[in-house]
Amino acid sequence: MSESRQAPVSAEAPGEPPPAESWSQRFIRELTTGSAMVTFLAVVLALAIGAVLIAVSDPEVQERAGYFFSRPSDTLSAAWESVSDAYAALFTGSIIDFGEYTIGRALRPFAETLTNAAPLIAAGLGFGLAFRAGLFNIGGEGQIIVGAIFAGYVGFGMDLPIGIHLVLGVLAGLVGGALWGGIVGVLKARTGAHEVIVTIMLNYVARFLIAFLLTTSVFQRAGASNPVSPVVQDSGRLPVLFDSTRLHLGFIIVLLAAAFVWWLLSRSTIGFELRAVGANPHAARTAGMSVSRAYILVMLIAGSLSGLAGVMQVLGTERYLTTGISAGLGFDAITVALLGRTNPWGTVAAGLLFGALRAGGVTMQAGTGTPIDIILVIQSLIVLFIAAPPLVRAVFRVKVRDMGPALETSKGWGA
Amino acid sequence: MSTATATAVEPAPETTVLRRSWKAPIWFAVFAAVAVIFFGILGEWGDTSTFGLSTSSDAWEIEPVGVASGPVGLALSLLCAAIAVYAFVLVGRDRPVPIYLTALYGVAFVLAFLVWAVAGEQVSLTNLLQGSLALSVPLVFGAMSGVLCERAGVINIAIEGQLLAGAFLSAVVASLTGNLYAGLLAAVVAGLLVGFVLAVFTITYVVNQIIVGVVINVLVLGATNFLYSQLLAPEGATWNSPGRLSRIELPILSDIPVIGPVLFDQTIIVYLMYVAVALIHVALFHSRWGLRVRAVGEHPKAADTLGIQVNRTRFRNVLLGGMVAGFGGSFFTLGNVGSFSQEMSAGQGFIALAAMIFGRWSPLGALGAALLFGFANNLQSVLGIIGTPIPSEFMLMLPYILTIFAVAGLVGRVRAPAADGVPYVKS
Repeated sequence: MSESRQAPVSAEAPGEPPPAESWSQRFIRELTTGSAMVTFLAVVLALAIGAVLIAVSDPEVQERAGYFFSRPSDTLSAAWESVSDAYAALFTGSIIDFGEYTIGRALRPFAETLTNAAPLIAAGLGFGLAFRAGLFNIGGEGQIIVGAIFAGYVGFGMDLPIGIHLVLGVLAGLVGGALWGGIVGVLKARTGAHEVIVTIMLNYVARFLIAFLLTTSVFQRAGASNPVSPVVQDSGRLPVLFDSTRLHLGFIIVLLAAAFVWWLLSRSTIGFELRAVGANPHAARTAGMSVSRAYILVMLIAGSLSGLAGVMQVLGTERYLTTGISAGLGFDAITVALLGRTNPWGTVAAGLLFGALRAGGVTMQAGTGTPIDIILVIQSLIVLFIAAPPLVRAVFRVKVRDMGPALETSKGWGA
Repeated sequence: MSTATATAVEPAPETTVLRRSWKAPIWFAVFAAVAVIFFGILGEWGDTSTFGLSTSSDAWEIEPVGVASGPVGLALSLLCAAIAVYAFVLVGRDRPVPIYLTALYGVAFVLAFLVWAVAGEQVSLTNLLQGSLALSVPLVFGAMSGVLCERAGVINIAIEGQLLAGAFLSAVVASLTGNLYAGLLAAVVAGLLVGFVLAVFTITYVVNQIIVGVVINVLVLGATNFLYSQLLAPEGATWNSPGRLSRIELPILSDIPVIGPVLFDQTIIVYLMYVAVALIHVALFHSRWGLRVRAVGEHPKAADTLGIQVNRTRFRNVLLGGMVAGFGGSFFTLGNVGSFSQEMSAGQGFIALAAMIFGRWSPLGALGAALLFGFANNLQSVLGIIGTPIPSEFMLMLPYILTIFAVAGLVGRVRAPAADGVPYVKS
């Protein structure tokens, strides 16, 4: 009973339009009342609340607010300046820097956005795929860490020829993530242990595992007193795509992974089974599908996708293991996948948006002193708002349709 | 409103196992074997393990007790083995393994481990317990919040956020007003606000409860980190110097050897924790209110039929849970460190969640689990100082691994309230 939920597939299939409507009318209706509109309004609302937070916490604004009633314009102009500076820096740090003279340098922020987006998308795909099969994979964090441990070990601990080294490193990361995800799948399938609890717990186990490994002689950099691993060898690194950027091959791999997940979900028999199990496990079982097999399989694949994010962290951007290698990506990935409505290409788009926020946040913090943590606030607000269209409707007094059950379905702890 | 009758809900969640389960004796035997081999036979024969039983400020000073590590370790391990055998006999006669036997086994195993780990060193038992309690306090409050929410049928993953919000606002308000009790009140308000967001999104807008919880945690983390960097770090004197609550020594009770100074020389937060646990237990299982709450969590439709307003009950419980966890968050700042720092709750909310699950969704069980987790955590840091063969990271993993075992049914099945996490929409 607790698992009966409506099919999430209805989110993409809004049904037949009324016959009298032309395609252009339908297009406009979709644009103004559909999911694009809700997402847009949610982003606007989140940025607005972020702006209030930035303005209120700015010491200069507070100072001028001391004489607000004698000269209110002072406060408002200071608040405007504070907010517009921060958001302008967010833009130049993530999309295009007009202050630069060559196109290559001006677009460097965009490359940084893509670099940040890559692991977010990978881990987001890991959450989204499991979600389609009815599982909450909160364990991205742990899967990223274990993936990074595996990939990192191949990267710095083995001497292999160019090419083979990289391929083996990436595969090791996928295996590591799949292992950590697979534990969850097996426990869910065999004992009915709730995946949310198991994944949360495994996140911490993974965190202590990497902390322990980085104190051992195998993983700790020779001569280092802090917990860092040796640097990944050149032959094991994901090659950089453009000079003077950090954008690496991982971004291409992630796009391939998104294409694979799309194919898996919408074109393969396995994907059909996964979605059927996600929509209604009892019906799927009655139809002769193996629910246990689906749970194990989806957690193996989802884990390896998160593991891919770990690969990108250790072989792409960071290039050595630290205890903070996952950098909160596992939890950000959940918001990415939810914003993307757990569909692969939506996740790519959402990953680009949050990648831009991450990249721009760094520039913003350096340039205007606005702490990067505002990004977390904006991200989480966006997801809260898109999850509750009635709220957005009430705030903006516009007509937006409910998004279908993609985010509103709920199920209990009970297996 | 009609009075709910007791027949509407199932009684307590502890149901007798009808099918023979060999799991408990087998696990007992496995761990007893480990204990006999490592703590007994391979133990440190010839060393002594010394335990301090009082601190210098106590009314009665007790001499530290030294025991011979090898023989005592072996004796305790053999006790574990004997309990395992008895458990086999019980299950063989189709009788359940009573809870006290499990508790006794746990105590014997932990003592055997302690004797082995402390061999050749000295550890103050009082300090060990004191530190354990300090680490448990936020866990207990967090777990109580979880119990209140989930017994009414709303999953509360946002405990972490509630603790953090409570810690943050209590420090800020106490600093600004200069009044620690205003800070405590602010912690309650902070938890209430987070609980309100959780309630609105999960109950009013019927958004998935796990998603809302996860997102709220990110939101609170981002907001407190942001405000910390903007205000608390640069202007610490105004915003982040709340000071600490002083300990209140209860007369007579605090003079009891060993446990007196541990339990009854504490801040008001800890005393209120005792009250909260007792109150929640009595209210949940021995009052009409509690019966209704449990009815809503187990079978909302039946509850609704009897005239209980399901969503209103849930809303109130989520707010109440938020307040409890928020108050617990103040222990990080006002009760312990005396200032707020970033990401202060450091995953304690999730351990609290684990404690609640491990304690089978009951206040007393959750209390026991929280104390156990606090003990494991403190033991790890104490043993880290004197140096033991086991890396501290593995000790830190213990609560999480135990919880995985618990939900996987390896140590007896845990069962959530039937309607936990399922939104109630009147049709």
